[in-house]
Amino acid sequence: MIRRVARLLALLAAISLAGCENWQSALQAHGASAISLKHLIIFIVAVCSIVWALVMVAMIYALARRRAAWRAPTELIPERERRMGRIVTACVGLTVVIISIFTLASFFTTRALSVAGSDDLTIRISGMQWWWGVQYLRPNPKQAFDTANEIHIPAGRNVHLVLEGDDVIHSFWVPSLAGKQDLIPGRINEITIRAERPGIYRGQCAEFCGLQHAHMSFFVIADEPQDFERWAAAQRAPATQASDEEIAAGRDAFMSKPCAACHSIRGTKATGTSGPDLTHVGSRKTIGAGLFETTRGSLAAWIADPQTLKPGNNMPLVPLAPEELRAISAYLASLK
Amino acid sequence: MRMVVLLICIVTLGGCEREKRELRLDPPVAAALDKIALMQNRIAGAPPQVYFALDRPFETNAYNLSEGKRLYTWFGCKGCHGDGQGGIGPSFLDGWWYYGPEMVSIFASIRDGRPHGMPAFKNKMTTDEIWQLAGYVQTIGAYSAKTAAPSRNDDKQVRPSENRAPAAILFDQGPTPVHPDQGPTP
Amino acid sequence: MTETIARAETLDTELDGTRLATALAQTWKTERGLWGALTTVDHKIIGRRYIVTAFVFLVLGGVLALLMRLQLAQPEARVLGPDRFNQVFTMHGANMMFLFAVPVMEAMGVYLVPLMVGTRNIAFPRLNAFSYWIFLAGGLLLWIAFALDMGPDVGWFAYVPLSGPQYAPGKRADIWAQMITFTELAALAVAVEIVVTVFKQRAPGMSLDRIPLFVWSMLVTSFVVIMAMPAIMVASTSLILDRLVGTHFFNPAEGGDVLLWQHLFWFFGHPEVYIIFLPAVGMVSTLIATFARRPIFGYLALVMALIATGILAFGLWVHHMFVTGLPRLGESFFTASSMAIAIPAGIQIFCWIATLWDGRPVFKTPLLFVIGFIVTFVIGGLTGVMVASVPFDTQVHDTYFVVAHFHYVLIGGAVFPLLGAVYYWFPKFTGRMMSERRGKWAFWLIFIGFHLTFFPMHILGLEGMPRRIYTYQPDLPWHGLNLFVSASALILAAGFLIFFIDAIISARSGNPAGDNPWDAPTLEWATSSPPPAYNFAHIPVVGSAYPLWDQPGSLNVASGLHSDRREIVITTITIAEPQARESSPQNSIWPLLTAITTTIMLIWSIFSPWAVVWGSIPVAITLIGWFWPSGTPEDEA
Repeated sequence: MIRRVARLLALLAAISLAGCENWQSALQAHGASAISLKHLIIFIVAVCSIVWALVMVAMIYALARRRAAWRAPTELIPERERRMGRIVTACVGLTVVIISIFTLASFFTTRALSVAGSDDLTIRISGMQWWWGVQYLRPNPKQAFDTANEIHIPAGRNVHLVLEGDDVIHSFWVPSLAGKQDLIPGRINEITIRAERPGIYRGQCAEFCGLQHAHMSFFVIADEPQDFERWAAAQRAPATQASDEEIAAGRDAFMSKPCAACHSIRGTKATGTSGPDLTHVGSRKTIGAGLFETTRGSLAAWIADPQTLKPGNNMPLVPLAPEELRAISAYLASLK
Repeated sequence: MRMVVLLICIVTLGGCEREKRELRLDPPVAAALDKIALMQNRIAGAPPQVYFALDRPFETNAYNLSEGKRLYTWFGCKGCHGDGQGGIGPSFLDGWWYYGPEMVSIFASIRDGRPHGMPAFKNKMTTDEIWQLAGYVQTIGAYSAKTAAPSRNDDKQVRPSENRAPAAILFDQGPTPVHPDQGPTP
Repeated sequence: MTETIARAETLDTELDGTRLATALAQTWKTERGLWGALTTVDHKIIGRRYIVTAFVFLVLGGVLALLMRLQLAQPEARVLGPDRFNQVFTMHGANMMFLFAVPVMEAMGVYLVPLMVGTRNIAFPRLNAFSYWIFLAGGLLLWIAFALDMGPDVGWFAYVPLSGPQYAPGKRADIWAQMITFTELAALAVAVEIVVTVFKQRAPGMSLDRIPLFVWSMLVTSFVVIMAMPAIMVASTSLILDRLVGTHFFNPAEGGDVLLWQHLFWFFGHPEVYIIFLPAVGMVSTLIATFARRPIFGYLALVMALIATGILAFGLWVHHMFVTGLPRLGESFFTASSMAIAIPAGIQIFCWIATLWDGRPVFKTPLLFVIGFIVTFVIGGLTGVMVASVPFDTQVHDTYFVVAHFHYVLIGGAVFPLLGAVYYWFPKFTGRMMSERRGKWAFWLIFIGFHLTFFPMHILGLEGMPRRIYTYQPDLPWHGLNLFVSASALILAAGFLIFFIDAIISARSGNPAGDNPWDAPTLEWATSSPPPAYNFAHIPVVGSAYPLWDQPGSLNVASGLHSDRREIVITTITIAEPQARESSPQNSIWPLLTAITTTIMLIWSIFSPWAVVWGSIPVAITLIGWFWPSGTPEDEA
């Protein structure tokens, strides 16, 4: 009884939680495939719950029913054995029917998921320890551009994602939009997503990938088509020029320190590829793969001590004088 | 039973710290590690006491060595030294060390730079990163295979992996001084 | 001539009861003291050791689980850092699978199978001793490494490239891989022993259709072990080779393949689940028959279900790889085969319920655990059907939904029956009963604690919480349920604590049990509790699947065995007609010595490939010692 009440409470808690906004949930589906997956999930869970309830009723009845007079353990009644045999066979037959239905339902759901058009927007996602490289591929290579940890897509349009693992295996998962797909070194996987309505959807690496597996998240931001085009045009542009002295000092410090060896800022000498592209880092919502909101303060904190904020990540600590740190964080924050 | 306990204790003492992953050294320890005592000619010398107190972590700890290997790539060492075969800079594989194979010498070379093109990295890397890198560089040219070594990369193989030394025998190119008056003549 | 007369006098037909018992006890005895403990080949002593060791590993693994729950109770908690957390969850998984679940099931088989088939010792008893020592060495290797901060941190599945040479520096992953070798060796040894014991050492008259269901389940399990374990042996050896000597099995840049690892691992890893689950099924069938007071309904169907599960187990491994981007058609095939496993599982559940329906259930603690098993396992099985569906799985794969699913299957499906089995066979192991009162407390705490701990994880998974994360950020709506789960884990832990306390107290001062306290029908209850070193004074002859119910009072027995040497009866495979008298090996120190040399070689080979060359010399020497002809007379047909 206590268990029942407790379980009910747990369920209620879950339902109330599901009610509030969760931007990373398979039950809050806003993408085409996530919606059809949610329907499948609800269907299978409902059928399975009924099956479980029936089995429990049968078991409780079997345990609690009244018995006739005592008899020796080996004294079996042939008629009853035959009847039990028929019932068990019928139950097994029912099992076969149910799993056949599930198999067919899965098959057709899968088929419906793998639709891709030829004119889809194509984005290459590369998984690295512990951040996401995002490359917008365009028919005209001049229009292609890089960003990181934040994927903008036009709402209501199919977007074709090409998934590549650069170091270890990662898994790309935005539960509100689609099921997950692995990024495997030496292989290329593909997935098509479509956000039905504008919004911000959180995703996270779902395959264990080392120390900071827990902090390898990203955002998919679905914009209205015109907003998306505006955003893409801004991202294609090289980095903004320094607008004041401190920012210029920050840019110079960035270039002379080893920062430029790992990070790229288009339009400058910085062309490193081991770390995220920083051309428009100031325009992104978060830094450190979803770790902090992007502010000048969080940028400075991150540069000053990355190993305390995200232990084990691949950003080495670079010795900087306080004024250099201030200047560099101002410079990065200015890269809108 | 007592024997078993004793055995476990011995194993524990011998093995501890070998696999410990110090993601970030305490600033006082890092500062102490910077205080090496070099000979007058800036070749050889003694590491600070704390280095031994920590049980020579940058030579015996595989994690530090593999971090050194990544720093080797990230800080552009490949540009001059290639994958250890050398190029503009000297090779680490031929078994010749212009400034000796001791950790302090390698540390000093990276931190302060050397004549004929080796830049100083003291403003670009922290002390513990320089130590990690030095440990890795020493491994590249190790005369004998060590148990604690960074392993090979999952890339095309251009040379035997560090845990399969002796590299000097496998890559016996002989001494190829890049600059005639660089370091003492072997 | 005189010798023949002397030999004839030792025949069991020539001796009366007491003199026979003394003679047999002398022949089969284990020396007292340390030397005896190290040299014994008695399957009961080794089985007991195996069980106790495995339960010690269960406790250690449980402590790790509590540590993880402590860390996850709060968002961004700093109880464990990422490095320590990765070691802890890897250790928890590897420990529970390789050092607890598989060994404890095999150990139950080592203890019970020879008794249930009515023989005096397991086949290859020295191999059995060797198996235990190797298992112990593997366990110590893993846990000492963990104590030294060298515990593996790559997950119990050790996916490459994360566990490969580039991304796993040091020896942590090698320790995982070599621990696998130890436990595989131990498991394979036991599997071979059980197959031979079941095929050749059954009591006369125990034809295939009279074998107790637990023995059937151990037989099928042993075949699954023999076929599944080589795959992981190949995988872990290739991994060590990649890491130590620079091969490229898993390096895509040099023509290796990352997914090859997953195929090899899961070709073992999925059957592994059934290696744990099938013995539990056998236990449930045994317990239900005894406590429902009637023979199990659908004996043949249950045996066929066991075999079908064992075969199907090898056709489902790809459902662990549904999101790796394999061809859609192939995935659909594996959806169908994974769903098909529900058929034999369903047959079993329905037969058990039918047995309970027609029987007259006696609600002792073991039956409570069986009922708890059915409630829980049906949920686990149904969530298994869910994750077998490719599209469903793309949303829940590698989330807490899967964590919930396999804990329902492994704890609900295997540990509940195991605990029931311990309550059931404890009187046989120790001669004393466990406490019914404490047993009921333990059951209810474990049952309630389990569901409160693991049911919410289904919801967490659907809410988007991935597995194997050491922490989560406060802006995600997971902390409420996580805190609830962590608190519930304490109830579960309390239940286990009571179980262990009960086991310890009962072993010392429980009520004496007598030979057959439950009025159970199978042969292990036909001898004293605990059984004498020779198990049976006379080998029983069996006329049905439930001999003690069909022939209450006294069993028919076979005679004509010598009492001055270790003799067992060899029977034919199908109808168990006596074929020969065979001698069973004496106690020996060589299995221990061989295990020590093997351990040295295997651990050394983590550090140097030359260990395989030089380390094999002492192994060869100890093996020669082991197999040195002892001059025992040949078998008498």
